[in-house]
Order: sequence, then C-alpha cells, then structure tokens
Amino acid sequence: MSADLGPAETKRRKRRSVWELALLTVAMFGFGFAMVPLYNALCELTGLNGRDKGMQIVASVQEQPDLNREVTVQFLTVVNGGREWVFKPAVSEMKVHPGQLYTVNFVAENQLDQDVVGQAVPAVTPGKAARHLKKTECFCFNQQPFKAREAKDMPVRFMLDPELPADVHTVTLSYTFFDVTELAQRSAKPNG
Amino acid sequence: MAHAHAHDGHDHDHHHGPDKGIMRWIKTTNHKDLGTLYLCFSFIMFFIGGLMSLVIRAELFQPGLQFVDPEFFNSMTTMHALVMIFGGVMPAFTGLANWMVPMMIGAGDLALPRVNNWGFWILPFGFAMLLSTLFMPGGAPAGGWTMYPPLVLQTGNAFPMLIFAVHLLGISSITGAINVVVTILNMRAPGMTLLKMPLFVWTWLITAYLLIATMPVLAGAVTMLLTDKYFGTSFFTASGGGDPVLFQHIFWFFGHPEVYILILPAFGIVSTIIPTFARKPLFGYASMVYATASIGFLSFIVWAHHMFTVGMPLAAELFFMFSTMLIAVPTGVKVFNWVATMWRGSMTFETPMLFALGFVFLFTLGGFSGLMLAITPVDFQYHDTYFVVAHFHYVLVPGAVFSIIAAIYYWIPKWTGRMYNEKLGKLHFWLSAIFINVTFFPQHFLGLAGMQRRVPDYNVMFTDFNVVSSIGAFAFFFSQFIFIGNMLVCMFGKRDGKVSDRVWEGTHGLEWTVPSPAPYHTFEDPPQVGENGEPVSAGQTAKAH
Repeated sequence: MSADLGPAETKRRKRRSVWELALLTVAMFGFGFAMVPLYNALCELTGLNGRDKGMQIVASVQEQPDLNREVTVQFLTVVNGGREWVFKPAVSEMKVHPGQLYTVNFVAENQLDQDVVGQAVPAVTPGKAARHLKKTECFCFNQQPFKAREAKDMPVRFMLDPELPADVHTVTLSYTFFDVTELAQRSAKPNG
Repeated sequence: MAHAHAHDGHDHDHHHGPDKGIMRWIKTTNHKDLGTLYLCFSFIMFFIGGLMSLVIRAELFQPGLQFVDPEFFNSMTTMHALVMIFGGVMPAFTGLANWMVPMMIGAGDLALPRVNNWGFWILPFGFAMLLSTLFMPGGAPAGGWTMYPPLVLQTGNAFPMLIFAVHLLGISSITGAINVVVTILNMRAPGMTLLKMPLFVWTWLITAYLLIATMPVLAGAVTMLLTDKYFGTSFFTASGGGDPVLFQHIFWFFGHPEVYILILPAFGIVSTIIPTFARKPLFGYASMVYATASIGFLSFIVWAHHMFTVGMPLAAELFFMFSTMLIAVPTGVKVFNWVATMWRGSMTFETPMLFALGFVFLFTLGGFSGLMLAITPVDFQYHDTYFVVAHFHYVLVPGAVFSIIAAIYYWIPKWTGRMYNEKLGKLHFWLSAIFINVTFFPQHFLGLAGMQRRVPDYNVMFTDFNVVSSIGAFAFFFSQFIFIGNMLVCMFGKRDGKVSDRVWEGTHGLEWTVPSPAPYHTFEDPPQVGENGEPVSAGQTAKAH
C-alpha cells in the first residue's frame, strides 16, 4: 500500500512500526513479571489456593462462640521432598465451634545428625474458608531451627470466625514442611 | 532449495547476485536464501526430533524397561517436544513466510533483512546449546518441555543451558515476527489492501502478533526459574512464599497462544492450496480472516484448560471450559469454508491437495478430541494420559506438519523451477496418512484406559496398542525419506523447463506472476494490484527479464 508513498515516507513508517513492536515486546516481558503480584492479589482477594491470610498473624480476636454450629477441622501434614523428618499433628481432626479459640499441637522431629531449618507452608481447603481461619499463633509464621535429632511440640492457636459460609462443614488445614537450611544460611549472611 | 539460484544466468546483471560458497549463506540478507536456510534447518531438527520419538516408541514397544534409563526416556520426551516445536514447526513456518510473504504482497524483500539474517543464525547456536546437554553429566533436561517447577529446578548442569536456549529461540522468533509485521503493514504493493491479501499473509500477520505478545512472557517465566534456582528468589518456591502453580499460569499464558502460532499459518497454507486444486475462489474469504482473528484473541483467555486438575475455583473451571469450547466456533467456520470451497469444484488430487485434504480431515479429528478435553469434569480423567498425547499429535503432525509438507510440494516448483515426482509424492502422502493414524489413533484408546504420559513403562494390558503405535511411528519416520529424496531432486536435479510460471492450472496471486524458478530478486518495482486482487501491471520482477 505504502509503496506509492515514496521511499522516505515508507521508511519513516517502517521505523515507527519497528519501535511500536519493540515496545510491545518489552511491555509483554514486563507483563510476565507483573503476573506475579497480580496473581498474589487475586489469591488474596478470592482466597484462591487457600493461601490468603494463612501466613499472617491475627493480633487479637474476639471470642463469640456459636455453640449451635459444629465444623470439623482436619489437619494434614506433608514433608516436602522426602526429608528425614517426622511431622504430624497430635490429633488428625477436631470438632470446633466457630468463634472459639482452639489450640492444636504439631509434633516435629529432625531425624538427621545435623542442624536444619524448616519452614511450614499452610494451605486451607476449601478456598472460600481460607479467610475465615484466623491464627493467633502458628509455627508457620517463622522459620523453625532444629538441632540435630531435636523434637519439638509446635502449637497452632486458631479460630474459625462466625462468618464462615454456612455450607462449609469441613475445613482442612494442611502444612507442608520444607527444608530451608540453605535459604536461611543465605539470608543470614549479608550480601551472601 | 534456492541453491539452484547460484547457477542462474542472471548473476552478471547490475544487481548483486548471490555470493559464492559458504559465505553466501552466512552473510545473506535475501529473503529467499533465508527462507531456504530456515526450511533446511527445520528439516534437520525434524530429523533429530524424529529420532528422539523413535527412542520413545522403541522403549514403549513392550512393557518393562528395554533400551533406555527412565531418566533418559524423560529427557527424550522433553527434548523431542522442544526440538519439534521450536526447531521444527516454528522455523519451518518462518521459512515459508520468508519465501512467500514478500512474493505474495509484491515486496522486494522483508523490511529488515539484516535482522532477518541475525534471527536465523541465532537458531543453530540456541539448538547447539540445547542439544549439547545430551552429552553433559546429569543428562539433558528431563522435567517435561513445560518446565514446571519444582521438578525442573532439580535439573542439573543442563538447567542454565535450557533457560538460555529458550531465551535465544525466543529472540529469534520475536525478530522474525517483527520483521513479518513491519513488512506486511508497510510494504504491500499499491492496490493490495488488507482485505485483498492472500490468507497465508493474513494468518502470518496474526501469528506474528501472537509471537510478539507471548514469547516475551515465556522469556520472563524462564528467567524467574533461573533466579529461583541460582539467585535465591522465590517466585515459584513454596517454602519462600512463592507458588508453583503461578508458573503454570504464566507458562500457559504463553503456551496456549503458542499452539495457535503452530497452527494459524497452516490454516493459511490450506486456504491457499484448496482453492487452487478445486479451481474455485476460497469460500468466505472475509469470514476466514475474522475467524483467524477471533482464534487469535480467544487464545489469550483459555490458558487454564491445561491445568484443570491444579485446584481452581469452580467459577474459573467453568469460565475456561466455556471459553475453550468457544474456539470451536471460528475453527468450525474455517473447516466448513474449506469444504464449501471444494463443493462442486473441479477437483484434482495432486500431492499438495492430498496433504491439504489430509489436513482438513485429520486436524478436525484432533479438534474433536480437543473438545472432549475441554470438558472439565472428564478432563480429570484424561489429564496427563495418552489421550492428551494423541490429541496434540493429531493437531500437530497431520495438522501443522502436513501443511508444511503440502506447502513445500505446492511451492517448490516455483522455487526451484523443477517439478517433483508426482508418483513418489502420492506414495509419500498415502504412507504418511496411513501410518500417522496407525501411530496415534491407538493412543486415544490407551489414554482413555488410563495409560499415563511421560512414563517409560506401562501395565501389560496396554501392550497391543503400544506395539501397533510403535510400528506406525517407525513406518511414518522412514516414509519421510521419500519426501526428502523428492525434494533433493528438485533442488539439485537438472531443470527440465516443463514448469510454467503459473505452475498449477488454478493458481492466483502475485507469486505466480514471477518466472519459475523465482529469480533472486523479485518485485524490486512493485506491481499494481487491481480490484480483484490480481496484478494489473506485473511490475518488474527482475531486471534481467
């Protein structure tokens, strides 16, 4: 089409197209990275993936037990990548009333002859229950150092808030334990 | 293929003819030379990727472990995919675009010839890096071509090679795509309005936009993998607060448009070949253009159908299910248009037409299994089984690859000035069409019965179908040598002067107005295109003529 515009104009238009497309390329490269905060925001907003507030501490909660309602809370534990670790809940499930605080103990034991650092990552199923599971205390808020062969009792203090959707009768709280020894060492050393 | 030009009698006119010897190919900025290079490169890659698939099929010939380690088997499935997608199909389409897009729109060359040269010559280096991992301690990447973390982060020394190879291939694709877009938007001959462009040009324009929009996203995703492994970031590492599922979202945001990158140019090729041999204009040209554009748009909003089983909210599963099914509408428009083009046409069945017809039929079969996979509840059964393998091989082999073969049979007389051997071409078609079905049709049954992908061993009850499939794979592979031989004769054989400029009786379009073989330089002065899309004045195709 533009061949009848003369060589100078054609050249100008070509250059313009190239710049536009190069800009689009750079923008899409940026968009790939922008998907990370976008995804996290979306998960936060919808409770998708059961991540939501799982990693966040809730400073204070008001107890208003709803004694007419009983919900089953199940506890699941996974040790990532077959590490030499015992990690299990003291009870596998409990019946709770929304609006009341409960404590459940998790038992962890390092079976290696060396010090390790663990990090538990929580997930809640179903996703829509995630934001209603509030924790005032959890071992998952921090990295957990273990001496060689050390065993620990680790408590979680949690409450289901009364706004938990009525059709939720069972909530599963799962923890995956990761070995983050390397990561912890790296962040301990400045500029490391 | 264009090698023959080196011996043209036109070298001594005042335009530069091709240089002599190896430096011609290294330094060339000529779109025809680069098209030839792209096509030859892609055929080397098809051969290497094909050998890898034979390793896979040999191992799966019987249950139990016969020939290779499970680790090496997984390397083979990973590398087969990477080589075939990034080394085979994509460069082949880029090669066809190099050859045909300027000739179809009446341009002298692509807009950025040096970038074109650079874009091609990145590829051999990218693949040298990728393939060298086969000989490294720890072996080649074996975590699947989708590179899902955390598994892919366990790759050994091959890992950075994989990432940087993907970067290089991405740069090559993006430069190629920018080149095509700039050419099509700015260098069309006078009178060649957008809606008079041949469909191959249209589909490539949309493909190029898809490439520019998605390859950078892939580059970003693999860069994040790299920093997760070596620089202590936690984009996808759960223990550091990241999410492996996020990678799948980013990957498939690239990955789904990518599958249309692999098929849209094929639609263009088939839309060119069928009208030629049906001797009728393409039925519903405008609807073809709009269907292609809709497929391009929809490809960006369906990605999560690759990950239905990952644990998404119901609303998301429903959205991705319905949006995926929506793609069947524009695709259906295309298939019906091809059939309507043939309706009451005076058809003949030369080899390119046979491959185009094989494409329409078998690609549609692959589309149907795609519709089945789109249904979320049943996808939970099909996910990661051989049903998926059968589906995407149906759309990629008798889909994309058949169209590439059809295109080469169709245009090679124009490129080299010599007709291929029709008998051998037909033999090649029938062997290919039969054995591709022998290979992949049984895999539907295997998948439905529960055989998993990417596992070197299987339950003995799957043996019979696997035996059939392996026999088909070997026969298909060896049938392709007929094609290679046929093409070599066209490239290097003596020209018999029997090929006219139009080559086929029913051809239309600018590329058929230049002599056969196409001179080294065509359309240095653009032709004038009339109302019907046909040239009014032929333009000066080459000064020597």
